[in-house]
Amino acid sequence: MDLTYTDEEEGFRARLREWLGGVLPTLPPKPSPDDWPGRRAYDMGWQRRLYDAGYGEVHWDASPTKRLIFLEETEKAGAPYVGANFVGLLHAGPTIAAEGSPGQRDRWLAPILRGDEVWCQGFSEPDAGSDLAALRTKARREGDEYVISGSKIWTSHAEVADWCELLVRTDPSAPKHRGISWLAMPMDAPGITVRPLRTLAGSTEFAEMFLDDVRVPVGNRVGEENDGWRVTMVTLSFERGTAFVGEVVACRRVLGELAAHAKKTGRWDDAVLRRELGLLSAEFGALWRLTQWNVSEAQATGGVPGVGGSVFKLRYSHARQRLYEAAARVLGGAGALDTDQEWTLDRLSSLSYTIAAGTSQIQRNIVAERILGLPRSSKGGR
Amino acid sequence: MHFQLTEEQRALREGTRELLAGRFGRDALRAAVDADTPAVDRGLWRELGEAGLFSLCLPESEGGVGLGLPDAVVVFEEVGRALVPGPLVATFLAAGEVPGAAAGEAVVTTPYGSLLPWRDDANVVRGDASRARPIASADPLTPLHALPGPAPVPLEATLLYAAEQLGSAGRTLDMAVQHAREREQFGSPIGSFQAVKHLCAEMLVRVEVARAAVYAAAVTADPVEVAAAELLADEAAVQGARDCLQVHGGMGFTWEADVHLHLKRAWVRAELGGSARDAEETLAAAL
Repeated sequence: MDLTYTDEEEGFRARLREWLGGVLPTLPPKPSPDDWPGRRAYDMGWQRRLYDAGYGEVHWDASPTKRLIFLEETEKAGAPYVGANFVGLLHAGPTIAAEGSPGQRDRWLAPILRGDEVWCQGFSEPDAGSDLAALRTKARREGDEYVISGSKIWTSHAEVADWCELLVRTDPSAPKHRGISWLAMPMDAPGITVRPLRTLAGSTEFAEMFLDDVRVPVGNRVGEENDGWRVTMVTLSFERGTAFVGEVVACRRVLGELAAHAKKTGRWDDAVLRRELGLLSAEFGALWRLTQWNVSEAQATGGVPGVGGSVFKLRYSHARQRLYEAAARVLGGAGALDTDQEWTLDRLSSLSYTIAAGTSQIQRNIVAERILGLPRSSKGGR
Repeated sequence: MHFQLTEEQRALREGTRELLAGRFGRDALRAAVDADTPAVDRGLWRELGEAGLFSLCLPESEGGVGLGLPDAVVVFEEVGRALVPGPLVATFLAAGEVPGAAAGEAVVTTPYGSLLPWRDDANVVRGDASRARPIASADPLTPLHALPGPAPVPLEATLLYAAEQLGSAGRTLDMAVQHAREREQFGSPIGSFQAVKHLCAEMLVRVEVARAAVYAAAVTADPVEVAAAELLADEAAVQGARDCLQVHGGMGFTWEADVHLHLKRAWVRAELGGSARDAEETLAAAL
């Protein structure tokens, strides 16, 4: 068991740290959460800077350990998060890299890495939430095109996206996990209507998307026709496996900031609160060590992240909610209800963590059935 | 960075598990529980000594095995899995200082926190036990004395108790999963019911998180990481045993089921490894 990094990795860390130290003070101020064009420009500008400095591909091509170092250092330094690049860099990109044809990889990967094109995710539907395979958006084939009709929901970044990774039903007569295909849909195609959804946090993080005879070339399908479910599972294993790694580091930073604030305001003298922060420190410290454990395992086996990501996601999402409950107690009274406070907004946002990317209940089923080998539920209850 | 068990550590784990399965399996455990007065199995103690358990971290020049704290943690995880009774941690930490401890000839105990285990059975009591008074121990396999004030708990003791907690948590998870697969109710294995599945899934999550914390603390020997390991391992062991008992239903509440032995020992270890309050304060002070 070894927690030291090689000289090469430490060199990578040192160069990255130095580069961050130079570039971060030159960044423009962050746009407000509802300024979507501003957010797009800000996030894409950051990706472009990473690309120009040679860090554009760090989520894909670097060794898992280098990716870990990258996420650790950027979060520690308070660098911008992937933001509008999230779906492109962490979902669609890795999926196209793993499952796309050479032509598809050429067409789509470079613009993601350069920060030229934004992707959104068209997986969820109003009547198919956690039961993703129950999706009903149809694509019928007409010559070299699919003609698509239906609707999607929880589509992050839809307002500013150039592309959508879209799941459609190409064979309505097949069992529900078959008959699904994975398409890259251009967001400027006629027939797409995007309507922002206001969340309980007050922001318009998500959108509904209505598709009315939208035409997409058959050549935009990644993987075989009706094989989209398997392709999607590759995407989701990335989402559950690595997408939250940087956020653990961010939570540790927030915890330090909470402690500093509590010391300044005298809340630190409250032993119950102080010890709760200590316990949370144990929690996020262990989650960071678990991340290193999982990355070492992935590095050794060279595989796509597996169901171990569900274990991590389960614990992390609940811990993050506890962190912001503690933040409310640090702020205390009126402070905890003041949405001008960033921690209050984060507390509201954190409510989605046990739902998004597969609810905790679904994750527990995955852990119980695929890791522990418990029998599948006989009916319903899936 | 290769934060995984080495080949040697895997072999050490397998070897220890096999030794304990042969020498302290379920029959031996139940025989120890049913004895009128709990006693350290001196034969087993010597065999553990011969296998190098107590001398694992002593340098080879002193007749030890010359391994490190991570290796000791791997071994103590197995000891915790098997519920081996006796003051193993105190004897381990006395190896090289108390004659006979390294070889398993002497049983050594030390007061930790507010408790002193196995006083009457030990050959040597280290530390001040003059005002210790016997209590009726909840754990049938750990006789206890209570102390009027807290005795210090060395970092290594906290870590090794955390390793034992981790092993116990892994064992109760296995017991719960096995029972959930086999036990049928309403015409189906109870493990097909989500309510039961979710208990088991959460047990696994706690074990995995605790394991990462305990192993990392063994590598760094950092007091803050050891405090984190203690908190998470105590949680995994205590809550794991409770959930295992729940999965077993009415059978779990009987003396015949082993799960109560894991729960009671987990309670004892949680006290011997140092208080949660101190661990949380250690972590808070580092923020």
